[in-house]
Amino acid sequence: MTVSRRMLLGGAAVAALPLRARAQTAKIRIGVLNDQSGPYRDTGGLTSVICARQAVQEFAARGFDVDVIAADHQNKPDIGAGIARQWYDREGVDMIIDVPTSSVGLAVGAVAKEKDKAYVNVGAATADLTGKQCAPSIVHWSYDTYMLSKSTGGSTVKAGGDTWYFITADYVFGHQLQRDATHFIELEGGRVLGASSYPFPGTSDFSAFLLQAQSTGAKVLGLCNAGADTVNSIKQAHEFGWTAKIAAMLMFITDVHALGLPVAQGLTLTESFYWDLNDRTRAFTDRVRPKTPNNWPNMIHAGCYAGTLHFLKAVQDLGIAEAKRSGTAIVNRMKAMPTDDDCFGKAYIREDGLLMVPSYLFQVKTPAESKGPWDYYKTVHTTPADEAWRPLSEGGCYFVKT
Amino acid sequence: MVMIFGKPLILLYGQLTLGLINGAFYALLSLGLAVIFGLLNVVNFAHGALFMLGAFVTWGLLTYLGIGYWPSLVLAPLVIGVLGAVMQRTLIRRLAGLDPLYGLLLTFGCALVIEGLMRNQFGSSGVPYAIPEALSGAVNLGFMVLPRYRAWVVIAAAVMCLAVWLVIERTRLGALLRAATENAPLVQAFGVNVPRMVTLTYAAGAALAAFGGVLAAPMNSVNPNMGTNLIIVVFAVVVIGGMGSILGSIITGFGLGIIEGLTKVYYPEGSATVIFVVMVIVLLLRPAGLFGKAA
Repeated sequence: MTVSRRMLLGGAAVAALPLRARAQTAKIRIGVLNDQSGPYRDTGGLTSVICARQAVQEFAARGFDVDVIAADHQNKPDIGAGIARQWYDREGVDMIIDVPTSSVGLAVGAVAKEKDKAYVNVGAATADLTGKQCAPSIVHWSYDTYMLSKSTGGSTVKAGGDTWYFITADYVFGHQLQRDATHFIELEGGRVLGASSYPFPGTSDFSAFLLQAQSTGAKVLGLCNAGADTVNSIKQAHEFGWTAKIAAMLMFITDVHALGLPVAQGLTLTESFYWDLNDRTRAFTDRVRPKTPNNWPNMIHAGCYAGTLHFLKAVQDLGIAEAKRSGTAIVNRMKAMPTDDDCFGKAYIREDGLLMVPSYLFQVKTPAESKGPWDYYKTVHTTPADEAWRPLSEGGCYFVKT
Repeated sequence: MVMIFGKPLILLYGQLTLGLINGAFYALLSLGLAVIFGLLNVVNFAHGALFMLGAFVTWGLLTYLGIGYWPSLVLAPLVIGVLGAVMQRTLIRRLAGLDPLYGLLLTFGCALVIEGLMRNQFGSSGVPYAIPEALSGAVNLGFMVLPRYRAWVVIAAAVMCLAVWLVIERTRLGALLRAATENAPLVQAFGVNVPRMVTLTYAAGAALAAFGGVLAAPMNSVNPNMGTNLIIVVFAVVVIGGMGSILGSIITGFGLGIIEGLTKVYYPEGSATVIFVVMVIVLLLRPAGLFGKAA
């Protein structure tokens, strides 16, 4: 028998395989999947990646390597789900984090469930991630439509804003936000007078809807949209002499910055993190700010940091072999361990995967009140963790025993 | 209260006015495209990016140099016009005589590069730009509250459209332009510097886009994606009006603005689609567009 060069090479490759596989198991890989070029680039984007890397850097004690990769899902569910499949199947990704845009967030959730891989969603608003479309390997960090609606919607009605008109982005996120907000408005005795849902993405002129809102005489304009759409809606409402209250149901500090205080002042909004909340949040902000010169962290960025940190703690506690085997095992361990980080303080993850932290109702400062760069919020109301979120029994998550 | 199809008439008046304002924008932008296509035979996909740059230059003039809105109306188009001339001389000129598809790909690539660079520098959520003092506030017209600034926009855009139309149809320069569109070698034989005229035409088209950008800066969020949303609609306007037809662009721009405005009252979810429905119908019935000449 003659031994060809090809056979020798093939044999060498087969012999090398177990070695390579062994080398791979010692590495935990985290994938940050979000919008890196579109309307949600600043609310998540590169700053989310930097915050996840910050957590990896700070997580010192281990016995395994960690690397962070990132991709742009372009706010398209098919692209997002495709990348998630590739990451979990072929690139050895153990956990996907961030994934804003509810439609994409849910699509990636289905992939994580099918493959039993860990998935920490931070950027998507839909409360279905821990409700009807929950999975044992999913954690939802920072915020959801229920928590936003309860904090912003409920408190606005209590303050006298009892008639509403909604301008809603025509996709799953906008409609869920409107549905949840309507629930709390009616619970407090308010009424919704009408709503316009507009095509998303691709709308930049909201004047037609503002005019319809004005004609109903509603006391509050509720904005069920996000990012540049929210900024445009508020800017144009200001232009059209909208004197009544505006409740931006989902708004980040990055959006306030884009609007500028002269237009944004007086708005109320809800976040679960603000850089100037306490000594620990300020310390975190001081650490990441040099890496993100044009963008200060919001609750999504903070969630990417805190979620990554807690995930790594759970992996270490669980042992790397078991962590590699099952996403549910990691997430169960994440739920079993209390969370503790500079952004959200001490908290815990509930059975259905929701992080239990307080929500803060902020009012945007006037230009005179603002003392420095990004000094934008004053705290109006704090909803404690056990009241801020949807009760466990109402979510409809299939594996929660009630 | 008078009702039309279940909506109060008074609301419709308001929406018609808004449609007219948006139509003014469409007309202004599609006009630049039509001029460029007419003479250069280039489908200028960079138009949205130039529009966005116009808005950013306006913002930059105020932020870095303290130059306000009114001088920007002239300065920003000038700056972008020069940029357009450079683009035409260094890039677009090399494709002269080739299939228009190459020009389309080149300008599309330019748009992606420009938008990407701007996003890298300024992020995606944009920068604030306030309405000039003299035009802030709103007038109550009885049927709607009309911001003074929007009234100014519709007037400025209409005057600009009229001026461009007059230059092209009623002046010697315009006559040369139209002649060069028909037969460039012949015009050159008469001693006209056609390459220079082509460069200046592209620069003028770019300046028109930038003028639109200045007008948009106080109304919309000034962000790197602001041109992308608009450009697709504007292309539909050009196609419906007839490629290269100046008058067609203007009339179609205003007309589609109004149709879109009415859709926002009756079926807002369809307001992004209605323009393309119109486009399909027009192309089926008149493949060269409403005002285009059949090839």
